[in-house]
Amino acid sequence: MSPETRRRVFLVAAAGFAALMLWGLSGLPPFGEYRGPYGDVLNAAAVAERHATNVVAAVTFDYRGVDTMGEEYILFAAVVGTAILLRAQRDEEERDPSETVEGRSAPPTSNAVRVLGLTLLGPIVLFGIYVVAHGHLTPGGGFQGGVVLATGALVVFLSGEYVTLRRVRPEDLIDAAESAGAAGYVLIGLAGALAGGAFLDNFLPLGQPGALLSAGTIPTINLTVGLEVAGGFVLLLTEFLEQTLVLQRRALP
Amino acid sequence: MSALEAIVLLLVAAGGTAVVLTRDPLNQAIVASFYGLILGLAFLVLQSPDVALSQITVGAVALPLMILLALAKVRREESTQARTPEAREAGQGRPARARPDPDADRERAGTDPGEPL
Repeated sequence: MSPETRRRVFLVAAAGFAALMLWGLSGLPPFGEYRGPYGDVLNAAAVAERHATNVVAAVTFDYRGVDTMGEEYILFAAVVGTAILLRAQRDEEERDPSETVEGRSAPPTSNAVRVLGLTLLGPIVLFGIYVVAHGHLTPGGGFQGGVVLATGALVVFLSGEYVTLRRVRPEDLIDAAESAGAAGYVLIGLAGALAGGAFLDNFLPLGQPGALLSAGTIPTINLTVGLEVAGGFVLLLTEFLEQTLVLQRRALP
Repeated sequence: MSALEAIVLLLVAAGGTAVVLTRDPLNQAIVASFYGLILGLAFLVLQSPDVALSQITVGAVALPLMILLALAKVRREESTQARTPEAREAGQGRPARARPDPDADRERAGTDPGEPL
């Protein structure tokens, strides 16, 4: 196909696509106008029913808890798949990660970056724990807090060398956190079923709305998701770093 | 639509265009990171702070990081392969075909002075 024909085909297709898009967009409700009934119903009912002041958390971890479980396992499967793909191949060997390219080592991390990283590490971890623990009260939750926690590992890498991160990273603990987080969600759901209700039914006392210990199973599920996401992302980060910095293809014979 | 919402939506449009117009993958990862931050702002302005938090952590940190690490790996493989004579012979003419952008070639030559081009 010559460039000229290709351009013509593109223009015809683009014009058709633009017409369809404009047609569809003109039928949308005006900006900011909400027409769905469910949001209003939930806003009215969630705090009274679930004692969770963050209605989004009540939806994702209670009303639609099974959906979120599926999403958690999507992430779990993705992390496991990446770890399998990035494992050391037969034609790869480990080498000293401190040396980057042959004959050229990486410039040492500057003191400014190091100080900034170490200063940020504490607040980042604290903020991550806060976001996980307050998921049922304020915006945030297990997923967001888990990713924030995982960036703590990234800060260690940025402020030191990879060698430091390798030393700091307790591999078994991270694997255990990821697995425990993934299993915990199902176990909490099964506990609800055993307590006499359905799968993922609430079986804990609801408490006072707005208190840290309230909203029944929602904060416990948030905790398991936080563990799973933090473990998964740290695992992902270290797999990528190892693949980039440690493994290299064996020299051809 | 408030003025703030209009500004943020314009920023989103500008950021998306900037990501597409940046051709070098390394620069594109950084621009995409900023775009993720802008999208997070947009979600915040549109009153969905839960989504904004997810967007900022994933779009501005996790995604660009994965791209950067993957790029670092690919470039290292290329530079170590170019060092063995067999690979150099086998790969002759390959850079020109794989990278039609002369800027990218010039930039690569700049980052790797050991590679004969």
